Amino acid sequence: MNIDAIQNGIVIDHITAGRGMRIYELLGLDALDVSVAIIKNAVSHRDGGKKDIIKIDSDIAINFDVLGFVDPGVTVNIIRNGQLVEKRRIDMPERLVNVIRCKNPRCITSVERSIDHVFKLTDRKNMVYRCLYCETKVAQ
Amino acid sequence: MKRSVIDILDLSTEEIESLIATAQDIIARPAEYAHACAGKKLATLFFEPSTRTRLSFEAAMYELGGNVLSVTDAATSSASKGESVADTARTVSCYADIIAMRHPKEGAALVAANAASIPVINAGDGGHCHPTQTMADLLTIRREKGAFSGLTIGLCGDLKFGRTVHSLINAMARYPDNKFVLISPEELKLPSYVKKDVLQEKGIPYEQTTSLEAALPQLDVLYMTRVQRERFFNEEDYLRLKDSYILDAAKLKAAKGDLCVMHPLPRVNEIATDVDADPRACYFKQVLNGKYMRMALILKLLKEAAQ
Ligand SMILES: [Zn+2]
Repeated sequence: MNIDAIQNGIVIDHITAGRGMRIYELLGLDALDVSVAIIKNAVSHRDGGKKDIIKIDSDIAINFDVLGFVDPGVTVNIIRNGQLVEKRRIDMPERLVNVIRCKNPRCITSVERSIDHVFKLTDRKNMVYRCLYCETKVAQ
Repeated sequence: MKRSVIDILDLSTEEIESLIATAQDIIARPAEYAHACAGKKLATLFFEPSTRTRLSFEAAMYELGGNVLSVTDAATSSASKGESVADTARTVSCYADIIAMRHPKEGAALVAANAASIPVINAGDGGHCHPTQTMADLLTIRREKGAFSGLTIGLCGDLKFGRTVHSLINAMARYPDNKFVLISPEELKLPSYVKKDVLQEKGIPYEQTTSLEAALPQLDVLYMTRVQRERFFNEEDYLRLKDSYILDAAKLKAAKGDLCVMHPLPRVNEIATDVDADPRACYFKQVLNGKYMRMALILKLLKEAAQ
């Protein structure tokens, strides 16, 4: 895979340095049979700081809620036939469904089968998500 | 429309007012309500035993002229067969008109409420919420103090794990001009998220102390809770502290004449029995008030479900 020249795919840019792997995991990219490049600590031409970048060499559907939850400052570039066709900004989702699980062992989600694992945004300013059921705060 | 109550904050202050008004009308004119729920069934679905809470719900439904389906061993009868809370709630929805559910896991009542086709009242979901206890506390404060504002409220004992305390703070934080005095050992202080997210966020004055004696004279309400042995890392700390949070007639001498002493019960030894005859002891009135508020809530939810 030529990481510079994607023909059809997605580039997740301006990831806060260090969060690339978390996004990779939560998007389930390890389970997909597509070429993925993670670039860590790239120099950002926005401000000269560091950033991570994920390049996915396939036009797959990704869960934008994951990006909004982990790192709402990212930009998503959709590339078709070598051309940038869409540049998307990501917002924090109000609800995050079946992306992560509650770590509270006393939470009903630890035992109840076929239940949606839901987290709701309770504090936008501080990016706080809480389990819908037990209200335990979750870390990004 | 079907509506459930999981958390005390599911009820607006207007709804709390209307529930209190209903409860006070029930107290004044019980005969008017003796058949209010005739033909209706309350299912008490208890996945862990809590005799006093279950009795309160059942007495409430009987006094409204309704019937009760009591499942006291829900944990053994359904969970052991691998049935989910959601399926149990769906099944019970076919038999009853309203559910009061107790479960050891946090959030279990919400799962039941989402699955049930009838209203669900959370009768305690682990350490999370127990809204009808708080409703009992609120009616007690209203009847004893006449208002929800201008009060200095002492909370004493286990403020770290005590869900009744957190819930009462949440409920009382919605009314103006109250002050909280947090009385606990260092080990059992109110969690910082409650202080930060509720008290500081709303600019509510509070002070923290380890001394019940020092706090007593300024209080209008004293809410006692049990200091449990298992909360301490070592036995010495427990033995050193356990007696400092016992209220007895001697300590009560320093308190205001119209103090309202509350406790969610059961008590072990944190309120000496020599306090019981004092007119300031309100914890058994609290039990009775709990039944009236449960009656008011059952009435409200059944009425809304029928609309
Ligand atoms: Zn949870």
